[in-house]
Amino acid sequence: MQDRSRFSRRNFIKAAAAAPALALLPAAVRDAIAAGGITVGFIYVGARDDFGYNQAHAQAAAALKKLPGVKVIEEEKVAETVAVQKSMEAMIVQDKAAVIFATSFGYFDPHVLKVAAKYPKAHIAHCGGMWTEGKHPKNVASYFGYIDECQYLNGVVAGLTSKTGKFGFVAAKPIPQVLRNINAFTMGARSVNPNATTRVIFTGDWAMPVKEAEAANSLLDQGCDVLTCHVDGPKVVVETAERRGAFSCGYHASQAKLAPKGYLTGAEWDWVTPNTTFAKALQEGKPFPNFVRGGLKEGFVKMSPYGAAVGEKARKAADDVKAKMLKGEFVIFKGPLKDNTGKEVIPAGKSFAQQAIELEGMNYLVEGVIGSV
Amino acid sequence: MTIDAITAVLLAMLGGAIRVSTPFLFVSLGETITEKAGRINLGLEGTLVMGAMSAYAASLHSGSPWLGVLAAAGAGAVFGLLHGLLASLRRVNDIALGIALMLLGTGLAFYWGKAYIQPQAPTLSAFHLGAWSDSPALRSALDINPLFIAGLLLAFALHWAFANTRIGLTLRLVGDSEAAARAAGAAVIPTRIAATVLGGALAGVGGAFLSLFYPGSWNEGLSNGQGIMAVALVIFARWQPRRCVLAALMFGAAGAIGPALQSVGISSGYYLFNAAPYALTLLLMALTCSRDTSLKGAPGELSLNR
Repeated sequence: MQDRSRFSRRNFIKAAAAAPALALLPAAVRDAIAAGGITVGFIYVGARDDFGYNQAHAQAAAALKKLPGVKVIEEEKVAETVAVQKSMEAMIVQDKAAVIFATSFGYFDPHVLKVAAKYPKAHIAHCGGMWTEGKHPKNVASYFGYIDECQYLNGVVAGLTSKTGKFGFVAAKPIPQVLRNINAFTMGARSVNPNATTRVIFTGDWAMPVKEAEAANSLLDQGCDVLTCHVDGPKVVVETAERRGAFSCGYHASQAKLAPKGYLTGAEWDWVTPNTTFAKALQEGKPFPNFVRGGLKEGFVKMSPYGAAVGEKARKAADDVKAKMLKGEFVIFKGPLKDNTGKEVIPAGKSFAQQAIELEGMNYLVEGVIGSV
Repeated sequence: MTIDAITAVLLAMLGGAIRVSTPFLFVSLGETITEKAGRINLGLEGTLVMGAMSAYAASLHSGSPWLGVLAAAGAGAVFGLLHGLLASLRRVNDIALGIALMLLGTGLAFYWGKAYIQPQAPTLSAFHLGAWSDSPALRSALDINPLFIAGLLLAFALHWAFANTRIGLTLRLVGDSEAAARAAGAAVIPTRIAATVLGGALAGVGGAFLSLFYPGSWNEGLSNGQGIMAVALVIFARWQPRRCVLAALMFGAAGAIGPALQSVGISSGYYLFNAAPYALTLLLMALTCSRDTSLKGAPGELSLNR
């Protein structure tokens, strides 16, 4: 009896202490919302400081933290499994996140779609996915950047810097976004050196450091003197090129620090632009945008500053193309365009602007690429 | 396929065998020592990752990559000691314990390694044995790291020691029959603990090779299960150190096939070529195993056999 009474007294005290706190809490939340204060969540598939894909997203998260009334929560190394559903639910239920940025490609289907259906009031913005009107829930959004513009410029710089005209591209998987980058890079290089070729090696996954090093070495052995890549962490490829005295073009974020001699330039994301768009829309009570895209002109992507090895001619050629891109006058994918088996993939007279949905389903490698999908 | 392309692929396989094999070699030699004493340490994947992280951190802070290798051996030894001690308790299963330590090792390495993903630590240098050649492929294939040579020497030394030294014979006796070892007056438990510590230290050095030479930087995806494969290679090598060398070289060479074929323009079916090391291991296992000879050479006290 003694025990039980003490137990209930303790409970009573606990409840008494909690009551005012509970009464206060909703008011605090209400005040925060009235002041436009929101919580945004970021979920990364790998480490936040990987010199690559995740770092590019984390840089945007760091920029959002500085906006007034925005609280940022982050979780890294979340697998593309049911694990990401749990992370999203925790952010929605416990942290009251107004919007979650699910940054990895594999999060979309089924994970983002499931959680969005379960919590219709929450918002989830996914990077790279294909949001389709009518098919996918309204509280889900897709954002992505036309980084192939930067890859084209990488190609121009590489084409005018290379001595051999042979380029190496270490790629993870033959999905449309990767193929589009390989093609844009090659077309950029061939616009200044029509004999240029790009050799592609697919490693099979997004983060395979040993295989990436093997691929980089094989490409250098074949006489490639500029390497670039589309894997989550370009560190290994850029460092291997630097150690063997070759040039490199970066991807995702700037790797200039890793290769002071051979880093030419790089294609970088600038996720601050789309992320701010979503956060602002929610803060100001505007409708949630579902499909957000942009390139150099819109500030979704940017170039690394030119490295020391880039000559005057290459700088000028790339700057000229960039100026046209910024004005929206430059089209990368236009006919006649052949793939590397000789088949015509875009007929003469037809051209695809960056927004063209056909480009997001790309399944070929253009003429000049040595490799197959 | 032209002669040039064939030469290129063969050279890449030679280079791959030398570059990629070292971690496999060290981990499988370490595991051979441990298993010869009658224990299985499946946690060497965690030890490898921990070794890679400690090596990178120590090299960064001290400026000397060789101190990094030493730190990796130390970290590996600590994990080996933990396994050795815990597995000596009654009713503790060494295989289950190994899996627990594998998770602990990778988890701790990722946690403490956060700060070391960004900085660039000084890395180990290689002997440029191909300096005489004009071919960049041959030159890079013959950039041989001292650790690779150390691993080769170690394998032959172990082979000799197992047959000719008192320590080697005691180790094998302890691993083959605990009762006989006790009758001969050998210290069974201390010998097993020592063998696990040594095995852990060698796996740590294998990790140091990953982060300090090839690919030569620390990040969380560095190992991709190499420690687990190396443990499997021990069975394939029938617990013989010299065969570990062969197995590691073969595994390295097979891993180079995928990228090399694509670099010379043979790109169809690369998923298949990328799986070559695993397919080859399975094939050789199937060919060399028969009902009569399977697990020949396995130490009698392994929990596999009991």
